[in-house]
Amino acid sequence: MKKMIRIASGQGFWGDLIEAPYYQVTKGEIDYLVMDYLAEVTMSILQKQKNKNPDLGYAKDIPDLMKRILPICKAKQIKIITNGGGVNPVACGKAVLKVAESLGIKGLKIGIVTGDDIKEKIDEMIAAGSELKNMETGESIRSVKDNLLSANVYFGAFPIVEALQNGADIVITGRTTDTGLTLAPMIYEFGWKQTEYDLLSAGTIAGHILECGAQSTGGNFLSDWESVPNFAEIGFPICEAFPNGEFIITKHESLGGKVTIDTVSEQLVYEIGNPKEYITPDCVADFTSIKLTQNAENRVNVYGISGKQETEFYKVSCSYADGYSSSGSLTYSWPQALTKAKAADKILRKRLELLHLSFDEIRSEFIGYNACHGPLAAEIDENLINEIQLRFSVRSHDYASVERFGKELAPLILTGPPSVTGFAGGRPKPNEIVAYWPALLLKKLVEPKIELLKI
Amino acid sequence: MKIKLIDIAHGRSGDKGDAANIGIIAYDEKGFELIQKYVTADRVKQHFTGICFGEVERFELPNLKALNFLLHNTLGGGGTVSLKLDAQGKTLAAALLKMELEV
Repeated sequence: MKKMIRIASGQGFWGDLIEAPYYQVTKGEIDYLVMDYLAEVTMSILQKQKNKNPDLGYAKDIPDLMKRILPICKAKQIKIITNGGGVNPVACGKAVLKVAESLGIKGLKIGIVTGDDIKEKIDEMIAAGSELKNMETGESIRSVKDNLLSANVYFGAFPIVEALQNGADIVITGRTTDTGLTLAPMIYEFGWKQTEYDLLSAGTIAGHILECGAQSTGGNFLSDWESVPNFAEIGFPICEAFPNGEFIITKHESLGGKVTIDTVSEQLVYEIGNPKEYITPDCVADFTSIKLTQNAENRVNVYGISGKQETEFYKVSCSYADGYSSSGSLTYSWPQALTKAKAADKILRKRLELLHLSFDEIRSEFIGYNACHGPLAAEIDENLINEIQLRFSVRSHDYASVERFGKELAPLILTGPPSVTGFAGGRPKPNEIVAYWPALLLKKLVEPKIELLKI
Repeated sequence: MKIKLIDIAHGRSGDKGDAANIGIIAYDEKGFELIQKYVTADRVKQHFTGICFGEVERFELPNLKALNFLLHNTLGGGGTVSLKLDAQGKTLAAALLKMELEV
């Protein structure tokens, strides 16, 4: 058994720093590169792409990235784990194989995890007794079944572990928990058992610290952010994991950013609910058990973690089409920037009313004044500010109303308050709203599948 | 004595559906005692009048000198439904740190 493994985070979401995974494999030694690409709405976007072209539906950045890092990873024996397979992990695996082939790489095994996609099996699930009730409203999935865009089970670490046991150098999954990507190599290397809940919880919490990339190494750091060195080349987090469940969060020395108890703590409290019950398919981790110690510059020890048995459910993430929205903006300058923006807002609302359009919601925000903090915004002296941007948004199930709104914004330039600019890019277009439907599903109703592609 | 929350704590916020999560972390033990005592769920609910339209849940993480709040019905529907510029509640931790405590 290895005494320690180094797991590096390469991506915190699809759209994150493209250079990050390249830095992780070149600026120091690591054993695993893990990359999270999937946010809740990402699956529905990928599903739409797959509907148009059955060979798509995965994070399209992956083949280009592989072109750069595969030869390095092969030479340094770095394994790669990613959920960027989206709704088409097999096509993603094939695309990576093609890249490997073009680079003349031989002896490469790609493990593919599928079985998470249950979009075509909803009726089956209902027949088996699961109503896939919305976790927030309690409503049955039947009410949105016909508008479903995607439905995916969150698998945990164990399907990835199986792929690694089958000899995979790269593991590509569909909807896998972000934390499972980091936990899997620990289970695989250290032989942790499915019932060792404290260890699984430790690996899960390591995953939580890594899953948002540089958010644990100084990115989006609300404390003394100006003390963070070299944001331009910020180092993404690396977890040095030990068989007893303790781990160290660090980063490559030559890169920017910083790792302190404060930077790690901010990530620990990010997007959590009850800290005693952080539920994943693998375990229920207790965030109130975590102990942190700074043992050297940019090295934080994490230990003492406990947890308990996993639940009998998988979380399911469904998305469905739920009407249309559109948003546009205009910028008003001094003098009276805010007064003018507010007047324009009133005029536009009146015009929409006179047209008898139908909206579920109309929202105006004044960027430079209250867009972020609403009623908590401090009163401003408009003599002291140079401009205010009016951001005007609508939402409706009636496409025509949303489309017509898009035609009502620009006319304000010639028919409303003066010193207005910033209307570029044409009329705001209606966007399809993809609403999110979280649910639970008995684990026994789905089975992950693992296959191996080889070259 | 008046204390600004931002002088004794930092934090981070994000989304969980239509709920926002705000975690605040005290810089030292004394600061944690203060936030534990004064930053109650009711106080947070009142602070976010006109922003949070649901229940506020509060959890303690003494090991991190932190409190975690879940603000339900806060993000205008959440995800892509929300028309808010800050649909994911990313700036709400800063908004909470605007709070002043009378201690």
